[in-house]
Amino acid sequence: MDRRKSIKTLVIGGISIGAIAEACKLHENSPVPPTSAEKEAVVSGLNRMKEEIAHLKNVDSEPAFFSPEEMATITILGDIIIPRDAVSGSASDAKVPDFMEFIVKDKPELQTPLQGGLRWLDLQCLTRYSNPFKACDLKQQMEMVDEIAWPKKAKPEMSQGVAFFNLMRNLVATGFYTSEIGVKDVGYIGNVPNQWNGVPEDVLRQYNLAYSEKELKECVSFS
Amino acid sequence: MGDLQVLKQPKKYDAVIVGSGAGGGMAAYVLAHAGLKVCLLEAGPMFDPKIDSNQLKNPWESPRRGASTKFRPFGDFDGCYWGWEIDGEPYTHVGDTKWEWWRARMLGGRTNHWGRISLRFGPLDFKRKSIDGLGDDWPIGYEDVKPYYDKIDRMLGVFGTNEGLFNDPDGIFLPPPKPRLHELFIKRAGKNVGVPVIPSRLSILTKQINKERGACFFCAQCGRSCKVYGDFSSSSCLVIPALKTGNVDLVTNAMAREVLTDRDGLATGISYINKENMQEYQVSGRTVILAASACESARLLMNSKSTRHPNGLANSSDVVGRYLHDSTGADMGGIIPELFDRKRYNEDGVGGMHVYSPWWLDNKKLDFPRGYHIEYGGGFGMPLYGFNWGIENLNGAYKIKGQQKEAGGYGASLKEDYRYFFGAHVGMAGRGEAIARRESLCEIDPNVVDKYGIPVLRFNTSYTDYEINQAKHMKETFSEILHSMGAVVTWGGDDGKENNYGLHAPGNIIHEAGTVRMGNDPKNSPLNKWSQAHDCKNLFCVDGGPFVSQADKNITWTILALSMRTSEYIVDELKKQNI
Repeated sequence: MDRRKSIKTLVIGGISIGAIAEACKLHENSPVPPTSAEKEAVVSGLNRMKEEIAHLKNVDSEPAFFSPEEMATITILGDIIIPRDAVSGSASDAKVPDFMEFIVKDKPELQTPLQGGLRWLDLQCLTRYSNPFKACDLKQQMEMVDEIAWPKKAKPEMSQGVAFFNLMRNLVATGFYTSEIGVKDVGYIGNVPNQWNGVPEDVLRQYNLAYSEKELKECVSFS
Repeated sequence: MGDLQVLKQPKKYDAVIVGSGAGGGMAAYVLAHAGLKVCLLEAGPMFDPKIDSNQLKNPWESPRRGASTKFRPFGDFDGCYWGWEIDGEPYTHVGDTKWEWWRARMLGGRTNHWGRISLRFGPLDFKRKSIDGLGDDWPIGYEDVKPYYDKIDRMLGVFGTNEGLFNDPDGIFLPPPKPRLHELFIKRAGKNVGVPVIPSRLSILTKQINKERGACFFCAQCGRSCKVYGDFSSSSCLVIPALKTGNVDLVTNAMAREVLTDRDGLATGISYINKENMQEYQVSGRTVILAASACESARLLMNSKSTRHPNGLANSSDVVGRYLHDSTGADMGGIIPELFDRKRYNEDGVGGMHVYSPWWLDNKKLDFPRGYHIEYGGGFGMPLYGFNWGIENLNGAYKIKGQQKEAGGYGASLKEDYRYFFGAHVGMAGRGEAIARRESLCEIDPNVVDKYGIPVLRFNTSYTDYEINQAKHMKETFSEILHSMGAVVTWGGDDGKENNYGLHAPGNIIHEAGTVRMGNDPKNSPLNKWSQAHDCKNLFCVDGGPFVSQADKNITWTILALSMRTSEYIVDELKKQNI
């Protein structure tokens, strides 16, 4: 259900609907003084205290961390890890490379493993194929990825590459599954006002479970 | 600094309250509604959940996708400002001892960070020394606090069920939500292994209780604070209503420096620094009520030295800062193969567990003296930073749609794996009672000040075999429950003697208490049974400080009840002109 529609149509308590709509405005009727974070909150979409705003401004004002070549490699690797399939789009469709650029500035501890891992990968490819990863052909790229994408069967001398690819897989997946495309793909359908009425009947049956009489009597239910 | 001066507020208040969390918020609420004039000091900025909550934001609306920062250790959407460290406000440790100190800096204080778990202490919890000889009995009992628990149940709202358990007293409950799917698995497993699993008791409005607050709409995001005030937070339920009486002047960004006293040794007010302009202020009141958190209140007292109070205010007993203790904690998690490839539906529910396990055993038969309760988590959660991190340890270990895969990988097959595992995780956390000991303490560091020039706390706390044996028992229980529900342990299963069975560092569970404890004997307690200082009759403390022991129950509900009790006492004593 469309979020906007669900807020309008669901009756949840006496004041909630008004309050959610009201919350989008500034303190018009509030008896209390405005927060210092308020103006910025409207701009960024999230409530932030002033120290957080200063940190974000710092991050935003930094020059790009990854070079254009590194970003190109990240984009290729990202789409190998999360390609477009029958259900949803790819990592680059979900703008995962942009997320990677932000998160390494926000979490500087990621910078060295990623930048160093990318260089490790390029050197491997240079030795094998006389080209950095992004200039290799698709067959070569996949050959290289297969050397580092399978932790249990990778050759011991590939261990640094495996560690790098594990990090890439986890970060790309985080970027993807927290995007609008990814949330839809994985099927998270919460984050909307609703009334919890318990596990659906067919699901209870599937797992051979049932609510007890005590639960049905005591718990809140909605018709 | 040439023109540094102290500005004195001309207005004299009936009470100056330091801190706007559960204790301070309740004191402001009770006093303001009794017509008293209150000045409420808060060290952080204004926060009104109606306006400031990050509720219903989607993960992609955070550039860091909800990842934690030092500003918000529980993630970018979390409602609490600051946490384990605050820029410019250090704290120190003796040797390699550990204490992790959580500090919220905002209106509502630490009620912006809690699971809304609202448990009454039971009759036994006030008299532990009489049972096991350890620590001390409280100078009051359950019968003294029960009327206040009843009042706050009605006033603030809490769901749960009356189970007739002697030491987990019944209350005035709203109906609880039905268990989620993984919680039904937990219930069944609990039955098999003899661990009771009952509806949780959370301060969330499953039904509307008054015109000012809406009912819960089941988004599972109490941790972000609630725009309709559908859960308890000191800001929404206490301070903002108190402000509406017109009897409270709220001063935000006001960092208390010390409690001021006169020649007779009585409290006259508070000196504080305005963090925005670094200007020094003094505000005076007929009473001073500390509610800055157990450790901050102890720090204030120890920093308030005078000729009459050379060892710090209310500290002739030398007990302030001592008996510092936190809840114990140990955790474990797993994955339930039976839940792989689950049907999707919205199971957000309330912002917390729908079921929990109260302590169920007799400590006389165990090698640790105090109990613990178990909190549960799991199911379909909103994907956030770290979503299924470490899938390479998972996707080679199980058949996925009937097919055994190689661990790791990439591509369409990997995307299938993420879908397959979503919603199959389950976790559990034990929260137990530690023994309050005289030698576990915080004190003033003789060498270090914060950026405001206020001497900081130095911690010196430790655990004993009692807490370690309890953590071991927690782990054994978790393992049994997980096994019985057909789950495979994925984390927390490797802890052993070498790391105290995964027992968290003290402070980590964010239930600090005991530093300004109450007692009948002024020689070993700073406060009397009304949380009134033995040495200074117009000084009170209403946070976790007065706790003699903290049970295996989260302490917020008891902070609220005791603060209400003390606040009514203050109103009465002021009327009688006893203070």
